[in-house]
Amino acid sequence: MEQTIFYIFSTILVLSAGAVITVRNPVFAALFLVLAFFTSAAIWILLEAEFLALTLVLVYVGAVMVLFLFVVMMLDINLTVLREGFARYLPVGLLVAVIMVAQLVYIVGPARFGLDKFPAPPPRDADYSNTREIGLVLYTEYLLAFELAAVILVVAIIAAIALTLRKRIKTNFMKPEEQVLVKSKDRVRLVKMATEKQDD
Amino acid sequence: MLEAIQSALSFLPDGLVTLLIILLKIFALLLPLLGAVAYLTLAERKVIGYIQIRIGPNRVGPRGLLQPIADAVKLMFKETILPTNANLFLFILGPILTIGPAMAAWAVVPFDDGLVIADIDASLLYILAMTSLGVYGVIIAGWASNSKYAFLGAMRSAAQIVSYEIAMGFALVGVLLAAGSLDLGEIVNAQQGSVIQWFMWPLLPLFLIYFISGLAETNRAPFDVAEGESEIVAGFHVEYSAMTFSVFFLAEYANIILISLLTATMFLGGWLSPFEGILPESMLTGGGLGLLLGSGIHWLLLKTAFFMFLFLWIRATYPRYRYDQIMRLGWKVFIPITIVWLMVVAAMVVGNVGPWFD
Repeated sequence: MEQTIFYIFSTILVLSAGAVITVRNPVFAALFLVLAFFTSAAIWILLEAEFLALTLVLVYVGAVMVLFLFVVMMLDINLTVLREGFARYLPVGLLVAVIMVAQLVYIVGPARFGLDKFPAPPPRDADYSNTREIGLVLYTEYLLAFELAAVILVVAIIAAIALTLRKRIKTNFMKPEEQVLVKSKDRVRLVKMATEKQDD
Repeated sequence: MLEAIQSALSFLPDGLVTLLIILLKIFALLLPLLGAVAYLTLAERKVIGYIQIRIGPNRVGPRGLLQPIADAVKLMFKETILPTNANLFLFILGPILTIGPAMAAWAVVPFDDGLVIADIDASLLYILAMTSLGVYGVIIAGWASNSKYAFLGAMRSAAQIVSYEIAMGFALVGVLLAAGSLDLGEIVNAQQGSVIQWFMWPLLPLFLIYFISGLAETNRAPFDVAEGESEIVAGFHVEYSAMTFSVFFLAEYANIILISLLTATMFLGGWLSPFEGILPESMLTGGGLGLLLGSGIHWLLLKTAFFMFLFLWIRATYPRYRYDQIMRLGWKVFIPITIVWLMVVAAMVVGNVGPWFD
């Protein structure tokens, strides 16, 4: 039963991952990537890694891919221009692909990977909390790496803000905190004048 | 009752029986939910009517009580118009992707101690993940409609939902810090004792921010710029008619009920009775009055109904936010407040501040 579910999900995963790079329409490509993320989350649930699976859905599907779609939908992509340099870049692309495949085979090839090296983890009790375990390990054994990642993220956030923060002098924007404090006498000045004699 | 069904079905293979029972549970949840959605639309029209000194719908059935049924019949028999230059596959997928997560999130909602379809450990995370998927329906619908208004609505909605999800997520982090668990049932049980123990007191800013972000997440007034009928007609669902439109409608109202119920569960003690710790123990247990005053699903429904009423009340009261003000509120007000209050909550938990964390 579990194997059948696994094969169903992995088929969908492989097909949608293939579709990401083969479909013409970039919006469809982004949507297939969403499907790929979602099915891999389902496979992680099969592995009883519910925290990682739900975080994958929450962060990548729920936030990152939404912004991706947002950008892709706004772009007016001309496919013929994109395909112009295809032959010229092919050797470089192939080289990168070959290196990546070699790296993958080295890591997850039959020498280091397989059911005999990584047997399926024994099923846990119903009240086993995957989240608590990850939290415990993360805040004790891997605290330094965790904090380093946090620092890098903060630096990235500050850099992103610093890059986009520029004062445009010419724009007229309103300051709500000043708006609400405005009094009628700031806007209107009532002037008393003596009536003038009208010329005949 | 479950055992009776289980034994009646015992001639079937085991796996099939489990599947059938799960399906039965889902039906037992979804049918009342859809009924509640239908009558929430009537309640909305009535409540807003009375707020504006009108009567509201009163023609169909006694006091207009059959209005939702008439609406449903009308929507079912109208023609589904498919725009000629729209991407038909995505056009149909949009409403489905909106209602799917809106319904799926209900799987882990506990209505009473143990009364839940899927009692999973990380139910809070699951709810957050499922509600974050709802935005796809809106974006895809807006893009696939091939209409400028729909596209503008989708863009506005995407930016808004992603922004407010962060504040919402931080508010939930506060809840899980206070309860020490991601399990909604345990979160409720952590609030046992008395009204003072409810998380709305130690987490007051997070409580308010969660509810307001819930308004924004469901695209309700005053955050309904995605629809913005006075600016962009009806936003992302301008091209939808008949059933495709009503599916969006169903999802929106199911989400309203879900947010109300979650607010009640996480901040107002869920199914716990407000008389705990005030009345003597003997009055809260046992039959008769004890059933009414003691903890139970009726308290959860009552609290949920209160928040649902707030949704309608707010809609009838406040004008729509301007888009830049929405972004300012989400990013510059809510997120800093939640982060600061998270630290306060963490300090309270570590310092065993009473009466909540001692």
